[in-house]
Amino acid sequence: MNEEPVFRVEGLRKSFGRIQVLGGVDLSLRAGSVTALMGANGAGKSTLVRIVSGVYTRDAGHISLAGQIFSPSSPAEAIRAGVVTVHQNINDGVVADLDVATNLTLDRLNGRSARWFFNPRRVRREAKAVADRMGLSLDLGVGISGLSLADRQMVAIARAMAHEPKVLILDEPTSSLSSAEAERLFQLVDRLRARGVAILYISHRMSDIRRLADSIVSLRDGRITGTFTGPDLDYEGAVNAMLGKAISHDGIAVRNGGATVLGAEELMLSPSARPFDFVLREGEVVAVTGLVGVGKTALAETLFGARQPFAGRMSLDGRRYQPRTPQEAIAEGVFLVAKDRADNGIVPDFNIYENISLPFLKRLARVGGVSSRGSERGEAKRQISALGIVCRSERDEMHTLSGGNQQKVMVARWLSQPCRLLVLDEPFQGVDIAARRDIAEKLRASAQGRATVVFLTELDEAFEIADRILVMSEQTLAGEHLNAGIDVSKLLAEIAGQHEMVN
Amino acid sequence: MTDHDTPIAAAQPAKIVPPQAMGANIRELAIRYGFLLLLAAMLVYFSIATSGFASPQSAVFILQSVSITGILALGVTATMVVGGFDLSIGSVATTAMMASSYIMVILNGDALTAIAVCLLIGIVIGLVNGFLVVYMRVPDLLATLGMMFLLVGLQRIPTEGRSIATGMSLPDGSTATGSFSPAFLALGRHKFDFLLPNLVPVSVVVLIVLAILIWFFLEYTRFGRMMYAVGSNERAAELAGAPVNAYKMFAYVISGVFASIGGILLAARLGRGDIASGNNLLLDAVAAALIGFAVLGVAKPNAFGTAVGALFVGVLLQGLTMMNAPYYTQDFVKGAVLVIALVFTFALSERGKR
Repeated sequence: MNEEPVFRVEGLRKSFGRIQVLGGVDLSLRAGSVTALMGANGAGKSTLVRIVSGVYTRDAGHISLAGQIFSPSSPAEAIRAGVVTVHQNINDGVVADLDVATNLTLDRLNGRSARWFFNPRRVRREAKAVADRMGLSLDLGVGISGLSLADRQMVAIARAMAHEPKVLILDEPTSSLSSAEAERLFQLVDRLRARGVAILYISHRMSDIRRLADSIVSLRDGRITGTFTGPDLDYEGAVNAMLGKAISHDGIAVRNGGATVLGAEELMLSPSARPFDFVLREGEVVAVTGLVGVGKTALAETLFGARQPFAGRMSLDGRRYQPRTPQEAIAEGVFLVAKDRADNGIVPDFNIYENISLPFLKRLARVGGVSSRGSERGEAKRQISALGIVCRSERDEMHTLSGGNQQKVMVARWLSQPCRLLVLDEPFQGVDIAARRDIAEKLRASAQGRATVVFLTELDEAFEIADRILVMSEQTLAGEHLNAGIDVSKLLAEIAGQHEMVN
Repeated sequence: MTDHDTPIAAAQPAKIVPPQAMGANIRELAIRYGFLLLLAAMLVYFSIATSGFASPQSAVFILQSVSITGILALGVTATMVVGGFDLSIGSVATTAMMASSYIMVILNGDALTAIAVCLLIGIVIGLVNGFLVVYMRVPDLLATLGMMFLLVGLQRIPTEGRSIATGMSLPDGSTATGSFSPAFLALGRHKFDFLLPNLVPVSVVVLIVLAILIWFFLEYTRFGRMMYAVGSNERAAELAGAPVNAYKMFAYVISGVFASIGGILLAARLGRGDIASGNNLLLDAVAAALIGFAVLGVAKPNAFGTAVGALFVGVLLQGLTMMNAPYYTQDFVKGAVLVIALVFTFALSERGKR
């Protein structure tokens, strides 16, 4: 391993409006070494990547590459200087309608030195050179649309590597790959490391990081909260630094649930996952936590009928429960506050009360389906004061509200009618602290008469709201804790997936 | 966060409106009522500038001239509400026209059969369009464009490309024995007494009834509201328990049925199955629906706006005609109105900016 870092970031800062995303990040990458960058959603990973790859400009701080000052004003300039980024979305990196050869040489079609005429033979020759150097054995004449995601990823990386970069940034490259496909990617990363490239590997997946990382850097709220190097990497410490465990969970009066509302047996979310059981009881709030991509959303959608489990049984109040659509789940009294409210929740053309009443138009309507705006508005007004939604009236448009208040409307939608099981998937995403506290208080205050399960990546949010915490890892349940006197290191070990090593 | 504890406190109107907010209010009013004001101004201007514009006959004439276009536009509005589009409405109307003529003139059918078959055709085409868009995942514009071509060709096959008229000679050399039934023709020619005897034609009554029906359906029933939700955020509607696919299919059926009603009225008015008629129906109807986005400044498809949009074009053309503007300027005028309406919708309104 090399001694001097080839790429060094010092005191990097970036704000969007009043919101500070990066608050002084220091980072150094060494040649021939893989540095894993871990961070929860919103920690600032993407912003960091975009600044380094020339998409955003920085507010303050220094970046140096091989001793020279590095300040790219465009992605093309960053690539010319030797910093190449492969972005998360694989299909952004390739053009699906063109063949492999053209994709491998795509960036040679632009720029001042590019020729005016397209010579397929020369393109094929250049592409072959690029592919050979990377040890890529693909049919160059095949269209990208005929390739697997892993092969597309390989093509994108091979094209990036044709520039002989000093620094390669891989942004969650395995997020849509199967484990066999991921292994091929790892071998490629191994070869690049052996060739002396400094690699920044961004991922949530502990298995990737165990396989590849020479050192780990944890990012939290725009700051580096931990740097780990050496032969025995402290994975648990890295997760700890990423999630931030210095949490005071005061004021939660932990309750034991009553009768079982939902029971799941031998549930399998995917063919390769281990089956698991759990119960959700009346009156309790259960948090399900785990890293991104471990199947939390899959489980939430399975409970709500938006996704079918691979195998297993569920029961609701002792009866068999197997919803095929959200419509059936709602009819049975299972509600979901979906994550990513802009995509899955908010109807942008509707105002507050129309958004709240959306799932219950049938219940609120008069004879013949004629809608009753009076009762819809009445219910909305009740919810607005119950949750403290800051607005002028229930007829305000959604886009006039802040993120926290929009989320309150989404929660209000599903609190406006009684239910048996309320599922919330990342309800605190993009929500300020005050709104978060309001929502959490309201959820706990109204928890009697139903079971409540909240899916959360942030651990301190789980401590704040839950009576009981379930841990997910690799599409299955890895642990269970009562939220009182929790053994945090055991919890973190379960999140990091170390139970498998113990077993 | 001082206003945190009293969330609705801000609802009380401020006593002094800052000049900035007043400017915003005027702008908002202009966007909301601008098109209606323009319509009123046009009516006043033409009434003063021409003799005979401000009369019941003239009003009825305007309504009649936009009735078929308006009915088609109301149908396509339904597909726009769910976020789709229907380019096949014009050819559905002409197909219905040819089918009704064929049934009566060549198959000796009666009016009721003809109408029933046409409505059935509308339903079937709507279902096929919906199937292509929803289940075959063909983009709406392309699916309905394909359907348009298919129908334009299909309606010519039974008569080997000829128009249908009473007493026409058939491909086998004989003469058609059937004729348009008087009851059917009455749909195009009968006029109800209203204020004056023999004033309001059937097509205008049908337009008004359908406009009120679809307006009430879209604005005041839960089904209509869900259709708007589907058009605005399909995934959110689905996760709120809406059968999204069924709503989309239904919207295309509405569009197909309305278009076939337009075709029936067209056949009744012409009294023949004219291959060449109905060329402008699609563009005029789509223009009316798009102009409707700007009415009331809502920047989304709505039945009231569509009806006003159709009327707007009708008033403008009638007024210009009475002021001796040549007929060939009509399409230019329609186009100009549409472009202005689209600017209203997308550049000026709050919603368009999002």
